[in-house]
Parts: sequence; structure tokens; C-alpha cells
Amino acid sequence: MAHPIRGRTAIVGMATAGMGEAPGYSAIELLGQATLGALSDAGLKLSDIDGIFAATSGHAFPTMSVAEYLGVKPKFFDGTNIGGSSFEMHLLQASLAIEAGLCEVALICYGSNQRTAGGRLVSMSEPQWHETPYGPRHPITAYALAAARHMHEYGTSREQLADVAVAARQWANLNPEAFAHGPLTREDVLASRMVSDPLTKGDCCLVTDGAAACILVSADRAKDFPQKPAYFLGAAGANWHRSIVAMPDLTVTAASESGPRAFEMAGLRHSDVDLLMLYDAFTINTILFLEDLGFCPKGEGGRFVEGGRIAPGGELAVNTNGGGLSCVHPGMYGMFLIAEAVAQIRGQAGERQLERADIALLHGNGGTLSSQVTAFLGSENAI
Amino acid sequence: MSHDALGPQKAFEAYLADGKFMIQRSRSTGTYLFWPRVMVPGSGEADLEWVPASGMGRVYSITVNRKRDGDHNVALIDLDEGPRMMATVAGVETIAIGARVRARIEAGETPRVVFDPVGEDA
Repeated sequence: MAHPIRGRTAIVGMATAGMGEAPGYSAIELLGQATLGALSDAGLKLSDIDGIFAATSGHAFPTMSVAEYLGVKPKFFDGTNIGGSSFEMHLLQASLAIEAGLCEVALICYGSNQRTAGGRLVSMSEPQWHETPYGPRHPITAYALAAARHMHEYGTSREQLADVAVAARQWANLNPEAFAHGPLTREDVLASRMVSDPLTKGDCCLVTDGAAACILVSADRAKDFPQKPAYFLGAAGANWHRSIVAMPDLTVTAASESGPRAFEMAGLRHSDVDLLMLYDAFTINTILFLEDLGFCPKGEGGRFVEGGRIAPGGELAVNTNGGGLSCVHPGMYGMFLIAEAVAQIRGQAGERQLERADIALLHGNGGTLSSQVTAFLGSENAI
Repeated sequence: MSHDALGPQKAFEAYLADGKFMIQRSRSTGTYLFWPRVMVPGSGEADLEWVPASGMGRVYSITVNRKRDGDHNVALIDLDEGPRMMATVAGVETIAIGARVRARIEAGETPRVVFDPVGEDA
């Protein structure tokens, strides 16, 4: 049976800012622009916000910084930082807070200028003393270790990993907001520079700038806003480790726990899902999450993504914005999973719009395959 | 000498400086753990003692960091005692997953455990 929180809140405002490159702007400035955009989308003003949910790579106290910058005095706030999946968790926390009457208009927000500030993936993550002597270059070292193990156990190939990047690019080519456009073949990915065996540059997410923000309110008032509401249907997080060395089995992520709990909370089955937004920091992620969320058996993810199955026109719509691989990845990508799901649910996704987008599964990932959060958003038809 | 007066991380590093690769074991359950902590994660036994690691292990996974200033491999090694550790396999660019390896301590300003490839029957 679905959880009572199912359908009790909805996203009524959503915006992005500084997608790709935003030279001359700081992270909080981009976050501020996205917030104004989301408010305008919802027909609300700054002073309506009474709940703030935020995480960034550059702010130790994100909700303080955001509240101060916006000039808002929130009644409720939560700065849970579990890496890129923070915002899927914030959807849950904000929904619980609204349902409990602790706040009414919740802002969930993120901003980063990592591309123009240095062109490298920025991480606040402290080094792990037992790993440091070996010079791992996280996050990629961790994901490469997982990919190598998956290839060893299941015969997954570099070609199959490349197919994930190719599908992402094909979706990105339908999205004017995506940073990476143009043709991309399996061969291009295989021939790109090896960064950490078996992952090449083509297997890695982009390093971009970007901000996004959404406004969440009680479902009771969701229809009073100009945009079609995207209802919150449920979310669940799972966390089994911090350092990659403590991940029990590198081929099985905690998505195998968060997924079933989120499905149960939302009262949904796999066949109900129209759109999968999977956090693709690296090509191996998409394969692991398709398996762990139950869309194919464990070990079959590589074969599953072959032949354009997750590309435009394929049988399963995955990462229709182009993903972290080809659309945007400013360091913590989870907010952009929400942005794309909302666009699809509203029917505002342009050339890449799915025929039916009533149920979207969003899967956030943080750290080194560490924190896993699965969330569901849906249209009015899902209620 | 014993480094029992130190916390687990400092004790491990002090043993390394003495030229010893030591790991912790619960006296009551015999469970080994790595990296060093004040309890066995999950079950919580705090009755830990330091014992010499056998040094034998198997490569669980490995990657090669490709950098302008040189390549180096980063491996996860499953110790014969059970726990897994991050390390590097010395003297090779990379090695097959599942390969047998043996630990040694590489001296230096901060000594570290590295592994050498050995035959399957080792």
C-alpha cells in the first residue's frame, strides 16, 4: 500500500540558470537566478518562501548562505548534504515538513560555477586516510573500480559502456539547453583519452556550470498555480558506505534497497514508469542503476543498453535531457534530474517530449556510489 | 613495541613505521577488520587486538590512473583474513582481477603497504 505522503505535495515552480557556461557569475549568484526563475514560474515572490532546502559543493552551511543571499527568514530548513543525491532527499524532507505544517512554500536549490571557476570537478569531500597513500583520484577511481569489477563478473564490455554515452548524446541533441551537442559514436567514446581504466573521457560526465531550483507546496493548493503540478509520489534513501573500499560488492549499489522502498511508498510497479532519470556521473552508473532498480537482471545492464534501447526511439526513456554525460554536470547533478522530470511531466520538453510522461523515476547518487536516493514525481494522472 | 595507547589510526601508522603490517581482530569473535577502528562495524565488538596480517590477498578490482605526470594503479585487495583494503600492485602497470598478491611495506616518509604479484599457489 502506498504511503500517506504520496501525492500530498507538488512542484509548482521550476527553473535552471547558467546551464553549461556562465562566465563571470558565482555559484550563489546562479542559484539566486534559478530561484527567481522558479518563483516567477510559480507566480510567487521571495517573501513567500518559508522553507529552504539546499546543498552545494562550495558552502559549508548552504541553508544559511541561501537564506542570507535571498533575504528570506525560513521557518524550516535542511541542508542535508549526501552529494549529488541530496536534492532527491530534499524532496522527501520538504514534503514531510509541508505535510507536518512546518512550512508552506519550500525552495529546493543548488548552484555551481565549477567550470568557469576552475574547469575541474570540485569536491568538499575530505580525503580518506586509509586511501590517501595510494593516490586515488575520486570520484573517477571509485567508479572505474566498479566498472572493472562489473566487466570481470558479468562480461560487460567497454562497447556497452560507450552505448550509454551515445544514447545520452542522442537525447542531448534534442535538447537545446544541453551543453554537449553533435554526433557521437561508440568508436568516438572508445577512442577518447583513457582516464582511469576502463573509463575514458567519453565515459565521464561533463564539467559545467549550472543552477536549478524548484518550489514545492501542498497538493491542496497546487492547482492554483499557472503551471501543471508535478506531484511528489514518494522517495527513499539508502546508504551503505562512504569510501569505495567499504562498498560490500562493487557491482551492487544501495539503489537495490532505495528502489524497492520508493516503489512501495509510491505504490507503483516498473511497468508504470514512463521516464527514468538516472544519475549518470559515469557510464557504469546507468548500467548499475538499471539493474539495481530492477529494470533488468543483475549483470544484464550492459547487454540491456545495446541497440539503442535507452536512446531516443528506444523502448525505455532514460535521461531524456542528455544526462550528466551530455547535458549538464556542475558537480551535484541531482537537481537537474528534477528539472527534466518536471519538464516532461508538464509536456514542456520540446523535441524530446515523451508521448506519455505521467510517472518519472528519479535516481540520485552521491559520493562514490555511496548515497542512493530514489524518488517519484507524477502528473495529475498519477494521483 | 605495543602501540595500544594510541587510537587505531595512529597505532596502525606507528606499526607501519616499525616495519609491521598489523590488522585488528576481535578477541571474542575472531572477526578481522580493516581499516582500523575502535569497534567492529555493524556488530560493535570493542575487544580488539592487533595481530600481524598474513600479507596474502587477492585483487578484487583495479584501475590505472592515467595522468600527465605518470600512470599508477589503484587496487582493492581482499586480504586472506577477510577485510578489503585500497592499495597498489607494485612493479606492474596493471594485473588481472583475481590475481594473488603478497604485501610488503614500502619505506618512505610515510610508509605504506603495497602488494607484489605472486603465483596462484602462494
